[in-house]
Amino acid sequence: MRYEKPQTVAEAARLLSAEKGLSRILAGGTDVLVQMKSGLIEPDLIVDIKALPGLRSIVAEAGGFRVGAAVAGAQLAEDRDLKKAWPGVVEAANLIGSTQVQGRCTMAGNLCNASPAADSVPALVAAGATVRIAGPGAARDVAVETIPAGPGKTTLKKGEFVTSIFLPARPARSADAYLRFIPRSEMDIAVAAAAVNLTLDAEGRVTAARVALGAVAPTVLLVEAAAAALIGSKLEEAALEKLSAACSAAAKPIDDKRGSVAYRKDVVGVLAKRAARIAYTRAGGKQ
Amino acid sequence: MAFDAYQKREFKLVGTRVPRPDGIDKVTGRAMYGADPVAPGMLVGRILRSPHAHAKIVAIDTSEALALPGVKAVVTGADFVLPQDAFLADIGENAMAQGKSLYDGHAVAAVAAISAEVAKAALKKIKVTYEVLPHVTDVDAAMKAAAPVVREGLRLESVPDGAGGNVTHFCEFGHGDLAAGFAKADKIVERSFKTAATHQGYIEPHACLASVTADGKADLWCCTQGQFNVRWLCSELMGMEASQLRVTPSEIGGGFGGKTTVFIEPVALMLSKKAGRPVKIVMSRDEVFRATGPTVSTSIDVKIGMTKDGRITAGEAKLRYSGGAYQCMTVEMGGQAAFACYDLEAVRTQGWNVLTNRPKEAAYRAPGAPQAIYAVESVVDELCQEFGLDPIEVRIKNAAKKGTKSSYGPTFDDIGLMATLEAAKKHPHYTAPLKPGQARGVSCGFWFNFGGNTCVTLNVNTDGTVGVTEGNPDIGGSRASISLMAAEELGIPYEKVRTIVADTASLGFCDVTDGSRVTFAVGIATIRAARDAIKKMCGRAAKIWGIAEEAVEWREGAAHPAGPNAGKFPPMTLAEIAAVSFQTGGPIAGHHEVNADGAGVSFGVHLVDLEVDKETGATKIQRYTVFQDAGKAVHPDYVEGQMQGGAAQGIGWALNEEYIYGDDGRLQNAGFLDYRVPVASDLPPIEAVILEIPNPGHPYGVRGVGETSIVPPLAAISNGISRAVGKRLQQLPMSPPRVLKAIKSA
Ligand SMILES: Cc1cc2nc3c(=O)[nH]c(=O)nc-3n(C[C@H](O)[C@H](O)[C@H](O)COP(=O)(O)OP(=O)(O)OC[C@H]3O[C@@H](n4cnc5c(N)ncnc54)[C@H](O)[C@@H]3O)c2cc1C
Repeated sequence: MRYEKPQTVAEAARLLSAEKGLSRILAGGTDVLVQMKSGLIEPDLIVDIKALPGLRSIVAEAGGFRVGAAVAGAQLAEDRDLKKAWPGVVEAANLIGSTQVQGRCTMAGNLCNASPAADSVPALVAAGATVRIAGPGAARDVAVETIPAGPGKTTLKKGEFVTSIFLPARPARSADAYLRFIPRSEMDIAVAAAAVNLTLDAEGRVTAARVALGAVAPTVLLVEAAAAALIGSKLEEAALEKLSAACSAAAKPIDDKRGSVAYRKDVVGVLAKRAARIAYTRAGGKQ
Repeated sequence: MAFDAYQKREFKLVGTRVPRPDGIDKVTGRAMYGADPVAPGMLVGRILRSPHAHAKIVAIDTSEALALPGVKAVVTGADFVLPQDAFLADIGENAMAQGKSLYDGHAVAAVAAISAEVAKAALKKIKVTYEVLPHVTDVDAAMKAAAPVVREGLRLESVPDGAGGNVTHFCEFGHGDLAAGFAKADKIVERSFKTAATHQGYIEPHACLASVTADGKADLWCCTQGQFNVRWLCSELMGMEASQLRVTPSEIGGGFGGKTTVFIEPVALMLSKKAGRPVKIVMSRDEVFRATGPTVSTSIDVKIGMTKDGRITAGEAKLRYSGGAYQCMTVEMGGQAAFACYDLEAVRTQGWNVLTNRPKEAAYRAPGAPQAIYAVESVVDELCQEFGLDPIEVRIKNAAKKGTKSSYGPTFDDIGLMATLEAAKKHPHYTAPLKPGQARGVSCGFWFNFGGNTCVTLNVNTDGTVGVTEGNPDIGGSRASISLMAAEELGIPYEKVRTIVADTASLGFCDVTDGSRVTFAVGIATIRAARDAIKKMCGRAAKIWGIAEEAVEWREGAAHPAGPNAGKFPPMTLAEIAAVSFQTGGPIAGHHEVNADGAGVSFGVHLVDLEVDKETGATKIQRYTVFQDAGKAVHPDYVEGQMQGGAAQGIGWALNEEYIYGDDGRLQNAGFLDYRVPVASDLPPIEAVILEIPNPGHPYGVRGVGETSIVPPLAAISNGISRAVGKRLQQLPMSPPRVLKAIKSA
């Protein structure tokens, strides 16, 4: 196994493109190193992206935030402006692991590891985030939900990798929230998860909404019917019930050791309701 | 009164919270655990495990693995000649499969190589041909006549005719006329329960280093709860004389009963013997879950009759336990413990051990009792609800006390159940009003406790310090307690005593650290060894003073002339006597060897306040209090630690922990991510209320405290949840999906 720590994006792309065997990007390593240790993967090439210029910083851009692909969870938590604008995204990313894991784990790694239960991903999707992809060709920007292709699989092509995640500017009275259900209170993997991102008008009526679900399908789900249930409402009980029903209906979970189909469908609706209430309050709405 | 029987006394040191002797080493990372020893030329041992729940091993081809450069030995079941004794043969067969894989994770071969990489590569080159057989992992399914039979020939004579092919043992306990008892009841409740197998969850995986020399001597360093037991088992499996195998126990990172047997040790010895070099094996977490000893999984029916004023008229339990693919007597303890908290006129328990394709059960804190008592305490709680009676009052009304003929035979001596219940009833936790949405659960618990074979040597050093040598690995603070008892008896400061755990060549046989026996039994041996040393020191003083030995007495750490007639001599302290010991007859040491009796049964009562999220089924434990009789708490910190630790493990067992098997018979959650022990944030502060009802069988009144605390949490929490959701829960763990299902069906 070779370990490389390139200094430029072009060099990283070249290394990845040239490798004939199995290659892996190393960001925080909290997935990749664990998978190597357990014998799940035996890469021939590891490309550490932490030395690439700009990958470890959060910069303001067009009223939004460009978050480098190697920015760790703990760094997100320390960025006041980011937390204020995107509290749901930051709380989702900060749910990953423990204090120790937070010092390492990245949202880009969470996304590209492509676990259906990845915590930051539903929040990024609800936020309408885009990712910038570098590779052998020109850099391109795509919607975050286009990256996961299935458990452990992404749509990234040979030699491609994520350099940053962009969270857009927000209108006034906007907020987001993320909730996951785990049987324990910490150190667990989501059985079901929901992220809600809302914008309100001056009267507290929802004018825009995005609802994304995690751990209830092979990839994150963006549920338009759920968003539609909220738009135009002041989060009345009826709207919340519609939201919950839409989420339960959209969910296509599996039966496994972590939960049954019926349980996940039930709980994802409950989480969506609760997350919607939190986002609504954060956006200044009064219920 | 016997020389060592309990005598009321004022303690100077016993009962104080002195610093733990192992603390600094543990927090600085210096403590030597099972994986830490190294030896020159040491090889790495790795084990190949079966992926099949049940399969015939048709052939094992190890030639390619052996041909790999760096591989020094390969071992399979064929290398072992199993002893005739069925108990020993089972342990050997579990350490290395003999012709059949009996569960997912069963060891089928092992290699020793110059590095972990080579060993790993070698495992891949071992070719095992399996013929997969039908399997069964569920205890009820295994009871059925049509179930695949896991192993033939294990059935004991106790099993009545007509039982299924997997039933290997039957037992029955009780007394009185059941039919007459049930006839007197105003209400009879009958319920069936199931409990999942759980793992002790110790943090330190099993690890050992074995070194067998060409002349047939061997050394084994390992992490164990009983080095003498390891010596016995391994010497039998290796065909060695016990004296040729020295076993040295390491510091231990948790055991809870799970380290009372051997798994990798015989394999490491056999690899070392074949390779001619030391071999170290360290289990991975995955191996610990798949191939060490979880608890039994159970299925239990309970029937209890009660009068409307809360008197239990009769109780009956049918217990089906599975200890995996092996004979297992744990159901006996479940059958004996089930109704032990109650003073009953009519009681009967019956137990069956059932084979399944699961790993061989090992002890886990109070083995067999938590499951049985969970089922009984659930039904008692339901009857209290039926009649609108206070659950503690009902238990007080029926509590076993001195003179009660226990449900399993013996008549109880001084026991602490009533005092424990009274303490719980009066405690602010029980009288605190419940908040909206909250519910409260109560349960009693019981454990037998054990004494057993114990040796202690107490050496008086010439500088006035004392070394205590004992043979029981310290899994719960016993070194501090033993030093305290030695210092108390000798009348010297705690700091002057150091207690160490010896290897098997340095001391006589000691039973395993189990049955909550160490502070009790090693305590007795230590106190008696101290008295032996005192007698010798008095003799030395007598010699120096030129008076009769009987004219010298020991007080406050010094020899004194016994009275005015003995003569007028200034007292001689332990240090003064020790300093001149070489001139008065040589070194001074006290000894004691005993098979200790009179351990004294133990009872506990737990209270829990909890809240259930009605939309997700998640339970939050909000307040938890443990009441337990310690006889005498030698070191209260450690006693509280035992009480809290048992409660924490019980909370995990009640809420989330379980061995999950797929339809393919493979374990699906062999790791701490999906085998969910509680993390710190899942637990409230656990208050420990120590009661001290002296045990008549110990000079200081000590009772074991290590196991009882895991017994009540299962029912206490189930009773709380059942009250919160308005529906009786009947299966463990009460994971959120299961609780939500109960809520929806309520
Ligand atoms: C103890 C523990 C607890 C955990 N708890 C959680 C949890 O609660 N929730 C949760 O969602 N996850 C959890 N995880 C998983 C993991 O921490 C997260 O998925 C984390 O976000 C991964 O980020 P990373 O930077 O460490 O990724 P890495 O391990 O470095 O990479 C992960 C994968 O993504 C690829 N990759 C990384 N960066 C890029 C990039 N820029 N472009 C293309 N591919 C890339 C890598 O090649 C690899 O395949 C936990 C892990 C551990 C060890």
